[in-house]
Amino acid sequence: MTSRREELAQGWIEVVSSTLARRVSRTELDQELHELYGAILEALRRGGVDAAGEHYAEVRALLNEISRNRARQGFSPAETAIGVFALKRGLEPLLDEGSAEDVAAYLALARLTDDLGMFTVDAYAATREQIISAQAEELLELSTPVVKLWDGIIGVPLVGTLDSARTQVVMEKLLQALVDTGSAHAIIDITGVPAVDTEVAQHLLKTVVAARLMGAECIVSGIRPQIAQTIVALGIEFGDIVTKATLADALRHALRRSPGALGGAGSAA
Amino acid sequence: MSERLPILRIGGNLLVSIQADLDDQTVMNLQEDLAEHVVRHGARGVIIDITAAEIVDSFVGRMLSTIASISRLLDAETVVVGMRPAVAITLVELGLSLGGVRTALNLEQGLAILAERSSAGPAAR
Repeated sequence: MTSRREELAQGWIEVVSSTLARRVSRTELDQELHELYGAILEALRRGGVDAAGEHYAEVRALLNEISRNRARQGFSPAETAIGVFALKRGLEPLLDEGSAEDVAAYLALARLTDDLGMFTVDAYAATREQIISAQAEELLELSTPVVKLWDGIIGVPLVGTLDSARTQVVMEKLLQALVDTGSAHAIIDITGVPAVDTEVAQHLLKTVVAARLMGAECIVSGIRPQIAQTIVALGIEFGDIVTKATLADALRHALRRSPGALGGAGSAA
Repeated sequence: MSERLPILRIGGNLLVSIQADLDDQTVMNLQEDLAEHVVRHGARGVIIDITAAEIVDSFVGRMLSTIASISRLLDAETVVVGMRPAVAITLVELGLSLGGVRTALNLEQGLAILAERSSAGPAAR
């Protein structure tokens, strides 16, 4: 295998590049696979075909790196694994002219390749998993902004379905914003919430009560006609929480309730 | 080892600043002391500042309600100020709403509430 290094590596790269056609540059592939090939040879020379052994630490690190890049660039798992399995195909021509010894060696190598292939898929899946969880977290952050509407009035426009995890984030952000800005009024706008059921209402009520404990009043605004009907049909009691149809109404209400907030801009409201 | 919290007087109001997490005995003492001080000074308002408290358990939460009720009997309004978000969330999860206690974000707003009340006169209550 060492002696025919160039030839073999070339054949390997040929197979891989025909699969990944045009999505990875040839030179890049060349470099990646040569490096990998060298590492595998080195590991073979030092002994064993145990893919989990310590001799293969470098090979595994390289594969890890390659799989991670493939996952980021949006390749499928098959396209990632082919990079390893194609090595077998590259070796096949040698069998024709080989002795029984060569066949045995080929089989051992094939097993090794399979193990390494599995490892690639594992690494690929792990990277994908990471990407997904990072995105979910980002989405959570993005979907819960707290904006300052006026001196002493902050607004939380909610967009998307409310679940327990999101409510928790919204609640924490809102309460922290109350402390940071010293605002005595908060407007929770649910225009973007597609549906309100008992659970969502429960979450909203909790947020409002928590804000009240801290000394701030919450106004719920943006209740669409259908949602108002649903709320009543479900028998949800909003108690003495102020609700308004639109954000504008809520803002007007909050301004009226905080006489100091208008300051010199009284005519503007 | 429980301690007694200092009660400060500002004009017609009393101020208690809680600087550490409360144990049950301390709160009981506070309740007694406050009742006494309200009567002695004829205070119209009591402000309890819990900015520094990181934990408010159900017992302390209930005692705050009790203190507010006692003060109201003695014609003094109680305002709890500076509750941290984490504390508020915990109290909500515990199902406590501190009935009868007024709250404010900070000391300044708490004093403003009391000032408003005293200018409106006792009849406005």
